[in-house]
Amino acid sequence: MKEKLVLIGNGMAGIRTLEELFKLEEADKYEITVFGDEPHPNYNRIMLSPVLAGEKTIDDIILNSHEWYAENCITLHTGDPVVEIDRVGRQVKSAAGKSVAYDRLLIATGSTPFIIPVPGSDLDGVIGFRDIKDVEIMLETASNYKKAVVIGGGLLGLEAANGLMKNGMDVTVVHLMDILMERQLDKPAANLLKASLEQKGMNFLMEAQTASIVGEKRVTGVKFAGGSNIDADLVVMAVGIRPSFALAEQAGIHCERGIVVNDTMQTFDPKIYAVGECVQHRGNCYGLVAPLFEQAKVCANHLAHLGYGRYEGSVTSTKLKVTGIDLFSAGEFNEEEGDETLVMQDPAQGVYKKLVIRDNQIKGAVMYGDTMDGTWYFQLLREGTDISGFRSTILFGQHDLGDAGHGDGARVANLSDDAEICGCNGVCKGDIVNAITTKGLFTLDEVRAHTKASASCGSCTGLVESILASTVGEGYSAAPSKKPMCGCTEHSHDEVIEAIQNEELKSMRQLFDYLNWKTPDGCASCRPALNYYLLARWPEEYQDDAQSRFINERAHGNIQKDGTYSVVPRMFGGLCTPKDLRAIADVCDKFDVPEMKVTGGQRIDLFGVKKEDLPPMWKDLSAAGFVSGHAYGKAMRTVKTCAGKTWCRFGTQNSTGLGVQLEELTWGSWMPHKFKLAVSGCPRNCAEATIKDFGVVCVDSGYELHVGGNGGIKVRVTDLLCRVETEEEVLEYCGAFTQLYREEAHYLERTAPWVERVGLNHIKACILEDEAGRKALHERFKLGQKYAQIDPWKARADGAEANEFTPIELAV
Amino acid sequence: MSEWIEVVELTQIPVLGSRVIKTRDMDIAVFRGSDDQVYAIRDACPHKNGPLSQGIMHGSSVTCPLHNWKIDLNSGEALGPDEGCANVFPARVEGGKVLLQLPQVEAVA
Ligand SMILES: Cc1cc2nc3c(=O)[nH]c(=O)nc-3n(C[C@H](O)[C@H](O)[C@H](O)COP(=O)(O)OP(=O)(O)OC[C@H]3O[C@@H](n4cnc5c(N)ncnc54)[C@H](O)[C@@H]3O)c2cc1C
Ligand code: SF4
Ligand code: SF4
Ligand code: FES
Repeated sequence: MKEKLVLIGNGMAGIRTLEELFKLEEADKYEITVFGDEPHPNYNRIMLSPVLAGEKTIDDIILNSHEWYAENCITLHTGDPVVEIDRVGRQVKSAAGKSVAYDRLLIATGSTPFIIPVPGSDLDGVIGFRDIKDVEIMLETASNYKKAVVIGGGLLGLEAANGLMKNGMDVTVVHLMDILMERQLDKPAANLLKASLEQKGMNFLMEAQTASIVGEKRVTGVKFAGGSNIDADLVVMAVGIRPSFALAEQAGIHCERGIVVNDTMQTFDPKIYAVGECVQHRGNCYGLVAPLFEQAKVCANHLAHLGYGRYEGSVTSTKLKVTGIDLFSAGEFNEEEGDETLVMQDPAQGVYKKLVIRDNQIKGAVMYGDTMDGTWYFQLLREGTDISGFRSTILFGQHDLGDAGHGDGARVANLSDDAEICGCNGVCKGDIVNAITTKGLFTLDEVRAHTKASASCGSCTGLVESILASTVGEGYSAAPSKKPMCGCTEHSHDEVIEAIQNEELKSMRQLFDYLNWKTPDGCASCRPALNYYLLARWPEEYQDDAQSRFINERAHGNIQKDGTYSVVPRMFGGLCTPKDLRAIADVCDKFDVPEMKVTGGQRIDLFGVKKEDLPPMWKDLSAAGFVSGHAYGKAMRTVKTCAGKTWCRFGTQNSTGLGVQLEELTWGSWMPHKFKLAVSGCPRNCAEATIKDFGVVCVDSGYELHVGGNGGIKVRVTDLLCRVETEEEVLEYCGAFTQLYREEAHYLERTAPWVERVGLNHIKACILEDEAGRKALHERFKLGQKYAQIDPWKARADGAEANEFTPIELAV
Repeated sequence: MSEWIEVVELTQIPVLGSRVIKTRDMDIAVFRGSDDQVYAIRDACPHKNGPLSQGIMHGSSVTCPLHNWKIDLNSGEALGPDEGCANVFPARVEGGKVLLQLPQVEAVA
């Protein structure tokens, strides 16, 4: 029996905990239910600021789609808050009346914006800045009204003000102090920030205390303590947050400023955990994601029964996500008595840096205008490094330490491997460099997909790009991702594929002319690729070009080292009958086949056939009902199967039958590279489906679909694409995945590197999230199959391409 | 070198493809370029005797199907970093027929 885990709060910390749990591969310990107050799946709350500023869309910031929950077998209830925790009965109750039992409970209810309790704060048009709904209200207001007042000149307030301004509103920021972002900045830095925001058009009312909000039904203005007032059509309160712990408190869980937890993220009830902004740990509450993600990791570790993780609190750093403003702050940047401060100011350049030093260690840092060294200072701060050795030059940055170093590239090159680059996700320079070199990454998006660096708040994007540039070398800036197909052209595979599609190029000649090929008829490397691209795109119209195929495909057999060929008859799903075996045996006798072998894909390989013998041999095989196994081609090869439910005592489904159906669907189709499938009848996976291009593992409730696996030189285990319930779905998803690969992969790129290059998310977006798109892909696959499922052996046996197989005998 | 022998009709060789001519001592590959130029070369790659006739032809060279050496059909020399040479024979087209000039067959004593 699985234990039941219930998560209250579908936000960043709670879901990150589940992700960490999946990473530990311990998720199947639990049957998981998630309750979320908001109507959306999990999204990147941090990115609401760029959404408001029009730099991103809501779709861009969804972190986990509904499919993700489904795939991971998580039951998700959105728009339904939990209203009661019954600790005695160990269950939670939701507003909609659902009761769900738990063995362990995780509370991640986040926090709510603090609304100053002045008269009028409940008027229409007075909101906080917390969730998608708030952003929608702001965007809508911006299209109908003109004047916005943002109360609170902190991080959130400034981001809201910036976003509203970008939407055409006239914005005034009202702040109680005389310093903006006083929790992150000192006066000089705050002044620089204020000046540049003013230059962008933002207005400020400093040291102003809000007395009341004016209006009948809807807000019309704000009144201040001194008696002055301003007009307002919208008031955004961004003065702070309140951890949401009322629910926990009601259930008798000890709370102070937040839900009190220990170092393993357990509350006073050890069955109940809490993470995120709702939590108070060692006296601290955090309002930034980096510490919450650290908490999530520890919590997952404990949920997985590993229990060696400990959370000991975090030191945080902050950046402001307003495009064009570089700002960094960390630690205690306001000096106390006895501290020393080092300051560098260059008002003309708009650069300011300050370090607070205590006992020769950095305690805090504030930087404005040039934040490149923030990462380095933050590392020195966290590690408590003694800086006396380089104190005199420390403000000039790390590149000034030695004698080398010019420019940004050299500065990132100097960072040590364990320097943290992405604070949100805790990614170090070494992780990034490693991913770039081992996976051959070229673009920022690839780095994001593989490492998560700069994938949360994005303010380390510049650093990540510099690392990319310095790791990849000169090639990066010159030509980030473009590599010509071969010496015959300047165009990349992608450009060629696109041209074939957009310009409707339907023959090799048209293509050479349109794309200005440099050689009259290409070469042995581009022609097979082009032939494939044309064939895959225009299956109905394109005339296949035999001379652009490698000999294996031209002669429909595998050329062996001595110039003879091998022949592999197709045996669908590996099934065969005595009659089949007899026919194969007869053919081998008749043509003196020197060796037979059962292949790794459960077919029979007949070796050492002379080329001239191929057509008559095929004729016999065709007569016995065999078609070509395409073991020689960049094509669908085999569908390996296991015994399955019919015979095996573990089998959950008819894996052999499904394998046959899959092979009937896919045989004959040309591919960018060889393509193999397998179906296993249960998770014991006897057919090794998890190292196939498309693998199916049958489970009791249906079918797990796996993609992108590879035996070969570099073994790669598949990624789980999704689970489906019926055989029809397996076939449809298989057709769609196959077609996507056929259309998008570069020639000679197997699914494994392709999946890594484009990212699993892209594939999921095309196949899981877009139902119409999936169906269309499947239809296109089937259309192509109409023309592909013509057995080449039979055609040759009947006389096609006879010249290919007939040598000319000369008497001399 | 001796007289020219007629071996096959030009149209019986695919464009950018070849036919294999079997003689008493060896196989010869006859290629037809996209401009209908013909080339004759001993059907054995200087690397490991791969059947050049089975390779992909482009311009006036062919890429061996076994290990991708590129052989110049005019000279028989391996191109690029590889070194080696295969025998080539004079070949031409006359009246739609392909003619080859094969080495003198030594009279059997
Ligand atoms: C506009 C904006 C910009 C930000 N920018 C940054 C930044 O640049 N860097 C940074 O580090 N941090 C930033 N933050 C803070 C960061 O988003 C939060 O620290 C983080 O989202 C907190 O995660 P959480 O899981 O604790 O809470 P949340 O992500 O808020 O998730 C809590 C969820 O629980 C739900 N919930 C509450 N009660 C219940 C209930 N009873 N039943 C069911 N569901 C419930 C809520 O609806 C919510 O969806 C920003 C926040 C905002 C709003
Ligand atoms: S994978 Fe499962 S069903 Fe198939 S043979 Fe193995 S144990 Fe049996
Ligand atoms: S593994 Fe290597 S040697 Fe074996 S069949 Fe494949 S290519 Fe040939
Ligand atoms: S035999 Fe021709 S390249 Fe090896």
